[in-house]
Amino acid sequence: MSDVKFSEDHEWIRIEGDSGVVGLTNYAQEQLGDIVFVELPDVGKQLAKGDEAAVIESVKAASELYAIVGGEVTEVNESLSDDPAQVNSDPMGGGWFFKFKIGDASELDGLMDENAYKAFTASLE
Amino acid sequence: MTESEGELQRTPLYDLHRESGAKFAPFAGYEMPVQYPTGILSEHHHTRSAAGLFDVSHMGQVTLTGADAAAGLEALMPIDVIDLAVGRQRYALFTNPRGGILDDLMVTNLGDRLFVVVNAACKSADIAHLQSSLPDDCALEVLVDRALLALQGPAAASVLGRLAPETATQAFMAAAEVEIEGVGCLVSRSGYSGEDGYEISIPAEASEAIARRLLAEDEVAPIGLGARDSLRLEAGLCLYGTDLDEDTTPVEAGLVWALSKARRADGARPGGYPGDEVILGQLADGAARRRVGLKPEGRAPVRGGAELVDDTGRPVGSVTSGGFGPTVGGPVAMGYVETAFAKEGTALNALVRGKAQAMQVTRLPFVKPNYYRG
Repeated sequence: MSDVKFSEDHEWIRIEGDSGVVGLTNYAQEQLGDIVFVELPDVGKQLAKGDEAAVIESVKAASELYAIVGGEVTEVNESLSDDPAQVNSDPMGGGWFFKFKIGDASELDGLMDENAYKAFTASLE
Repeated sequence: MTESEGELQRTPLYDLHRESGAKFAPFAGYEMPVQYPTGILSEHHHTRSAAGLFDVSHMGQVTLTGADAAAGLEALMPIDVIDLAVGRQRYALFTNPRGGILDDLMVTNLGDRLFVVVNAACKSADIAHLQSSLPDDCALEVLVDRALLALQGPAAASVLGRLAPETATQAFMAAAEVEIEGVGCLVSRSGYSGEDGYEISIPAEASEAIARRLLAEDEVAPIGLGARDSLRLEAGLCLYGTDLDEDTTPVEAGLVWALSKARRADGARPGGYPGDEVILGQLADGAARRRVGLKPEGRAPVRGGAELVDDTGRPVGSVTSGGFGPTVGGPVAMGYVETAFAKEGTALNALVRGKAQAMQVTRLPFVKPNYYRG
C-alpha cells in the first residue's frame, strides 16, 4: 500500500511503510520551467523538518526543496544528474528526488491528500 | 528602475502575448512576456534553428534632428557618430565623467535624422541626459507610439524577405525604411541573440497585424525575455544593469571594439566625451579588471552575484550573468576579474551556496555568431 501526500510548498511524499519518497509536483515543475540541474542530499544525511534538502535549478532561477518531514536519507535518484528534465516530464515518477526513513510520522499530519492539493492549486490560479 | 506592480505599462502587443499563452513578469516597468507554453529551452533552440519573434517595444526609441545632432550626440559618447554613413547603425555607449557606462544603445543614421534605441530601464534617464546636453538647435522626439520587434534566427532573412524582398540582402548593421504589409517600418539587420536577424520599428497601431503576419510563417515562434537572456548570454553580449553599470568602463567591460578609432588618442576627434581621460588612459595602460567568459565545470549553473576566488581563496572578482546555456548544453557565465586572472584558461572557483565550484576563464562568445555579412 502506498499513500501520497502533498505540501503547500508543492512537494509530494509517497509513504511506503516507515519510508518516504519525495519529489516536486506537476504544478511546481510547470511554475519552475525547464529544470537543468538538481543537487541532491548525501545518503545518510539527517534532515529535520524544514531543512533545505535539495536545490533545483531551472533555466530561470535556483530554488530549494525543503524537507517536509524529518528523517535519514537512504537513497537518491542518481539518474537526475544526467537527466534532470525527468522532473519536468515525469514529476511523480522518474523525477523523484530521494527516499528517506521517516523520523517522526506525526510530522505527516496536516499534509494534503490529492483532492485537497488539487483544490489548493486551483485556488492559486 | 522597476516600478511597483500597479503602475506596470504594457506594450502594444500585450493582448497578442496573452492570447499566445505567455507568462508575464515585470521588467523595467513593463509587464513583459517571459516565456510561452513551450518554455525557455525550446524557445532558445527554436531561435537558433529557425526564427524567433521578440517584442522589445519596452525599449526607448528616439529621433534626433538638426544640423548639430551628430556632433551633439558624439559629445556624450566615445563613438564616431559624425562619420556614421547614411543607412548604417552602430553600437554606442553613454559615459559619465568617471568613464562609467550610463547605458548601451544603438544609433542609426537615417539621413535626415538619427534614430536611437535605448534600454527600457534607462530610457527616462537617457532622455533627460540628451535633453540637458544636446545643442539647442537639435530636436529630440521620443517615439512613444512605435513598437519594436526583433526577428532573430537563421530563417529570419527568408521569412522577412517574403514580406519585404529588399531586406534579404540588407547587410549586418544596415538600416532602411521599408514597407511591410503596406506599413512604413524601419528595419535594421541587427539584434541581440548572436543570430542573423532584424529589428523592426513599427507604428504601434500596425504592430499587432505585422506580428501576426510574421508568426503565421512556419519558421516563426514567439520568444519571451527568458530565452532572450540565455541567447544573449551565450552570444557574450552584455545586459545593462547586470554586466554594465555606471561604475564600469568600456575598457573593463571588454567593449574596446565599440570605441571608434576617430575618438581614440590618435584619432581625428580624440576625447571630447564624459570620462575621456579615464577611458583613453585605460586604452593606453589597461584596466585593473576585465569582463571575461566563465565556464563552470559540471552541470550546476552559477548565477550572477557569485563571488570568484583564486586557488588560495582570495576574492578576485564576481559573476555578473550566469545560467544554463541551452545551445552549449551546460552552464555558462560571465563576470569581472582582476586583470591578472583574465587570461583564457585561468582556473577560478565560484562560491555557490557556500561551496567552491570550479570555473575556467574562457573566450566569449560561447556560441559563434551567425551574422549576415553579405
